[in-house]
Order: sequence, then C-alpha cells, then structure tokens
Amino acid sequence: MLELALFYIAASVALFATVLAMTRTKAVHALIYLIVSLLAIAVIFFLIGAPFAAALEIVIYAGAIMVLFVFVIMMLNLGEKGDARERQLLQPHIWLGPAILSLVLLVELLYLISTVEGPASSGSVSPKDVGLALFGPYVIAVEIASMLLLSGLVGSYHLGRRFLDRGL
Amino acid sequence: MQELAVPLNHVLFVSTLLFTIGMLGLMIRRNIIFILMSLEVMLNASALAFIAAGAHWGQADGQVIFLLILSIAAAEVAVGLGLVLQIQKRFKTLDMDDANRMRG
Repeated sequence: MLELALFYIAASVALFATVLAMTRTKAVHALIYLIVSLLAIAVIFFLIGAPFAAALEIVIYAGAIMVLFVFVIMMLNLGEKGDARERQLLQPHIWLGPAILSLVLLVELLYLISTVEGPASSGSVSPKDVGLALFGPYVIAVEIASMLLLSGLVGSYHLGRRFLDRGL
Repeated sequence: MQELAVPLNHVLFVSTLLFTIGMLGLMIRRNIIFILMSLEVMLNASALAFIAAGAHWGQADGQVIFLLILSIAAAEVAVGLGLVLQIQKRFKTLDMDDANRMRG
C-alpha cells in the first residue's frame, strides 16, 4: 500500500513538473522542471521494479542529456526579446485548438488502456537479466545503437565545429 | 516472486499523460529548444511504458528497449543541439516560424 501511495505522489510530481516545463517562457526554468520530472520518473522506475533503469535515468537523462541542454542555452545567451516572443505565443487562442485535439486522443487512449486486462505481474527484473538479454538475443541491437551513437557524434561534431570556427 | 504493488494500467495512464503533454508542447511551442525538450518528454513517456510492461511480465526486454531509447535520445539531442547552434547563428532567432524555409 505504501508503494502505491509513493507511486501516485511520484506520478503527480512528474506530470505537474512536465506541464510547468512546457509552459515556461525562460528555457532554463523549463529545464529545471524537466529535470524534476525525470527524477520523479526515476522514482517510478524504482517502484515498479527496475532499479537499474532508475539509475540510468538519473545518470544519463538528468545528468548528461540535460547538461547538454544547459550548455547550449548558456552558449546562446537568449535575451528579453525571446521571452516576450514566447509569452506572446503562449496566449490561449494559440494553444486551445491543439490542446482540445490532444485531449480527445488522450481520453481515447486512457479508455483503451483501462479496458485491457493483463495477467498478474511477476516481480522485479534484476540488472543481471538485462545484461544477459542485452548481450544474448539483442546483441545486434547493441551494435546498431553503437553505430547510431557514432553517427550522432560525427554529426554533432560536424555541425558544432563549423559554428566554432566562424566565431560567435 | 513478489506481487507488484503498482497496477500496470496506472503506470500506462501516467505514461500516456506524459506523452500527451509532450505532444501538446511540440504543437504549441515554436522555440526549437522547447521542441527538443518536448521530444525528450515523449521519448521518456514511451520508455516508461516499456519499463512498466517489462516489469509487469517479469521480462528483461523492457529494460533493453529502454537502453536503446536512451541511446536514441542522446544521439538525437546531440545532433539537434548542433542544429540549434547553426540556426541561432544563421537566423539570429530560435523561432521556427522565422526559419521555415529549406534554403536560408
């Protein structure tokens, strides 16, 4: 019962922080809320029996990917003009249409999920099982992921190098 | 094997809500940094669904897919933020409505 209460608290924090992150005008504030949301999702991972995934969520998502965002926002040095533009774009007549359409899809999805009944769950998955699956049947996926990361590295180096060469 | 306290449906509800918030952010924001953040939220929501399903059936596959989603997110953010730097330099703005032509 305690786990269930903790899950609802973490889920509320995640949803609330994500909504706040999507509606901020300053990018850095949004980023802080996004990190809170990621930490809350890591708590959910821990509660549903995936401690390894929870650790990775904090180390890689909140630790590495969000720091990349912080670095780029610091390099860009966005001013007051951008804030005013964002504030103008967050008027209700801008977001009301997409919000209603998303709400319809959300209600449909929630209805579909609530009608499905699965078998009873069978406890947590240890990191050892994950490692065995990763380097057993999924070894091709690991190779593809490594190639993806290499192409991402080369691509971002190429894009960023031209930016740095010609100066800010 | 212990009984899992959190029902699968509720985790999927949270995942769906997060995905919808991310999709809404993707539609209503025009700043490319917020668009990238919305993509992160959506990828993260789908990862939550995978982890929940994997934990529900006691299989490691959900966490394997989570690791793949993590590497996709990392590569996407690296290239996306490189593009952000180029767009800021070329158009002096991060507003995608001002940068909607193929040739700058």
